[in-house]
Amino acid sequence: MVQVRLWGSLAAAADSRTVVEIEAGTLREMLDNLAEAYPGLRPQLDRGVSVAIDGLLYNDTWSTPIHEDSEVVLLARLKGG
Amino acid sequence: MALDSDSDIKQFKIVGTRPPRPDGIDKVTGRARFGADVTAPGMLIGLVLRSPHAHARILGIDTSEAEAMDGVHAVVTRADFAEIEDDDYTADILDNCMAGEKALYDGHAVAAIAASSGAIARKALKRIRVEYEPLPHVTDVDAAMQPDAPVLHQERANETVPPDMGGNVMARYEFGHGDIEAGLNKADRVLERTYRTEATHQGYIEPHACLAQVGPDGQADLWCCTQGQYMVRDTCAAMLGLKQGQLRVTASEIGGGFGGKTTVFLEPLALVLSRKSGRPVKMVMSRAEVLRASGPTSSTSIDVRMGMTKDGRITSAFAELRYQGGAYPGSPVEFGAMSAFAPYELENVKTIGWDVVANRPKQAAYRAPGAPMAAFAVESAIDELARGFGLDPLDVRLKNAAREGTRASHGVTYMAIGLEATVHTAKNHPHWSAPLGPNQGRGVACGFWFNFGGNTCVSLNITPDGTVNVLEGNPDIGGSRASMSMMAAEELGIPYDKVRTVIADTASLGLNDVTDGSRVTFAVGLATIEAARAAKREMCKRAAMVWGIEEDAVMWEDGAARPAGPNAGEYPPMSLAEIAAIASNTGGPIAGHHEVNAEGAGVSFATHMVDAEVDPETGAAKILRYTVFQDAGKAVHPDFVEGQFQGGAVQGIGWALNEEYVYGEDGTLQNAGFLDYRVPVASDLPMIDTVILEIPNPGHPYGVRGVGETSIVPPLAAVANAISAAAGVRMDTIPMSPPRVLLALRSG
Repeated sequence: MVQVRLWGSLAAAADSRTVVEIEAGTLREMLDNLAEAYPGLRPQLDRGVSVAIDGLLYNDTWSTPIHEDSEVVLLARLKGG
Repeated sequence: MALDSDSDIKQFKIVGTRPPRPDGIDKVTGRARFGADVTAPGMLIGLVLRSPHAHARILGIDTSEAEAMDGVHAVVTRADFAEIEDDDYTADILDNCMAGEKALYDGHAVAAIAASSGAIARKALKRIRVEYEPLPHVTDVDAAMQPDAPVLHQERANETVPPDMGGNVMARYEFGHGDIEAGLNKADRVLERTYRTEATHQGYIEPHACLAQVGPDGQADLWCCTQGQYMVRDTCAAMLGLKQGQLRVTASEIGGGFGGKTTVFLEPLALVLSRKSGRPVKMVMSRAEVLRASGPTSSTSIDVRMGMTKDGRITSAFAELRYQGGAYPGSPVEFGAMSAFAPYELENVKTIGWDVVANRPKQAAYRAPGAPMAAFAVESAIDELARGFGLDPLDVRLKNAAREGTRASHGVTYMAIGLEATVHTAKNHPHWSAPLGPNQGRGVACGFWFNFGGNTCVSLNITPDGTVNVLEGNPDIGGSRASMSMMAAEELGIPYDKVRTVIADTASLGLNDVTDGSRVTFAVGLATIEAARAAKREMCKRAAMVWGIEEDAVMWEDGAARPAGPNAGEYPPMSLAEIAAIASNTGGPIAGHHEVNAEGAGVSFATHMVDAEVDPETGAAKILRYTVFQDAGKAVHPDFVEGQFQGGAVQGIGWALNEEYVYGEDGTLQNAGFLDYRVPVASDLPMIDTVILEIPNPGHPYGVRGVGETSIVPPLAAVANAISAAAGVRMDTIPMSPPRVLLALRSG
């Protein structure tokens, strides 16, 4: 199981939890299983998120590996100027 | 020197030097072709009719009289676009390009004309009859959140917004950890203050411009100034119902973007006018249109509560941020809320962000979107508390600085980061100890930005005479053609002047994300290096074929293929030019490619220091000295890195001192021109000094870190802290224009 940290306003959509446990070995599995376990997160997941895995930022690459001891943090989808 | 394990380079020879930029002569002689320089035979001129109302229902548009005029070839309104039902993001862009049921701000496009001359088009605009029902409007962010405020959209708030919020609140964000109240109770002083910033425009020199040509077979071409030709292609194709492969978009030279050219304004209108008229259509915005109808940044209102002990430890930090993003959802408040306290290690920290709509143009990204305003509030609060305790403001920042292992307020635990290095360097710089005169003050501030990578595609072609062309898909805003040529030359071991980098159109390379997020030198550089490595592998293979030895017995060194060791045999090195000359005989053309969605970009920090002088008679502030300290990972071309540092600082100075959107009581923009919207010019500024720190980014083969955005994050606060010190009164609203400073002096 991977621990995924949610930002505060998402916690309301995940049974008031700021950290949830998800079965996942990759970025795609994490996002898919997160939406299935917590359907209230789906609107934000559909709008887009970025994910910090062990301090590095990822946007899209489904195959990005996630280990059980990885720090995984959902972030608002990053944009630049 | 940061090099990954795949590198055969022993020491940089080209990266880190300062060769001339390849587009320099064209730009100073006027030969460079910008958006408005493109023409086509039979070309029409397109112009836009814009709403004079801040908020009005469009009851009807009669274009018949205009259409009947000689020389008018097409008139379009929203009725000429298919509605987009399944994509709110693109639907909002369409509505911003051409109003639907309502005009939502002064300058909102309501119709467009293509005519055989600009004079005819201007006359024809006056013959379009629009029947408006003016509606109440709101332009201030705090007023827009009031329960009785005029509402722009019905039921657009997303699921994060509590039901009791006003109808203009579109989204809520919350970040942080710990217990704010418990932390405040440990403080020796708690500061509560509200900070305000006005909307500013990116202020690029070149107005939006494009030329569209749609053929009867549906094949379309578009030339435009943009930060991302692929974004233009995909957005316009969605609006016009075209297949992406049918629309080829070519980016012109670009006279600045800074985030403001990461969306479309004229391009879909020109395409529809061309489709309707059957002729090429050129459109160029006036400066007034750029200010009224393209995207400025948000105006903001931010409450900060911060507790500090008398020895400078921040015990608790809270910020509530309200950003209006113009007439549509999507202000960058989430990035303000994520970045506000990112430079600090805090036990108790929380931010709440509100995305608010108001009757202003749809905001567009502006360099580190959302972060400069948040940094203004937070860094001002730290400064006020530090000075109140008589503490050195740099020592306070060091005492609370985030470092490797710090869990940031947005939840991420940092890897190795460079914030402390920038603060230490600032503290040891001669600027910090230089004497100040009367009415002068010194301010410092720190800043943070994320950076990212994204979709990137590069081709590198070896020509028969041994010169090299690199094709990249990102418009060159900050000198990227030089940087790519340098990295290709470094990797291939050939002189810089043997490489020419060009910007490809959308039909010539795979998808490339927009030039934003400080991504190009990082991500396109990474792809360029990998494309060069692919070409080197092919050239080693060709040499092996000539020598009749195994491929893995050949290595690349100093621009030539060589036997990898004594067992490979004795052969004289084959240079790149020698291998290129016989390519037809050894298997055909030689090229390298690399396609990647670059992930894992490193975050970036900066510290800025500024001296300002305030005239107590007039309230005018003058910037006397300014120094930027920032980590670049590895500066590929230090001139361009310094240019990014200086440019960010200068734009921040303009934002801090003078630039603002001024709206009248009727909701119309009062200062839509560069005489009344005052950007800083060279004579307003000292030389901006820069100190480049090089703390390698492990996610890039050469250690490169994006540098384009972080430099605009600290200046608002640094300048405010300097002026507050000089004036002896805390400035909590920007711009700090002379009347505002004078008022503060008299009431402070």
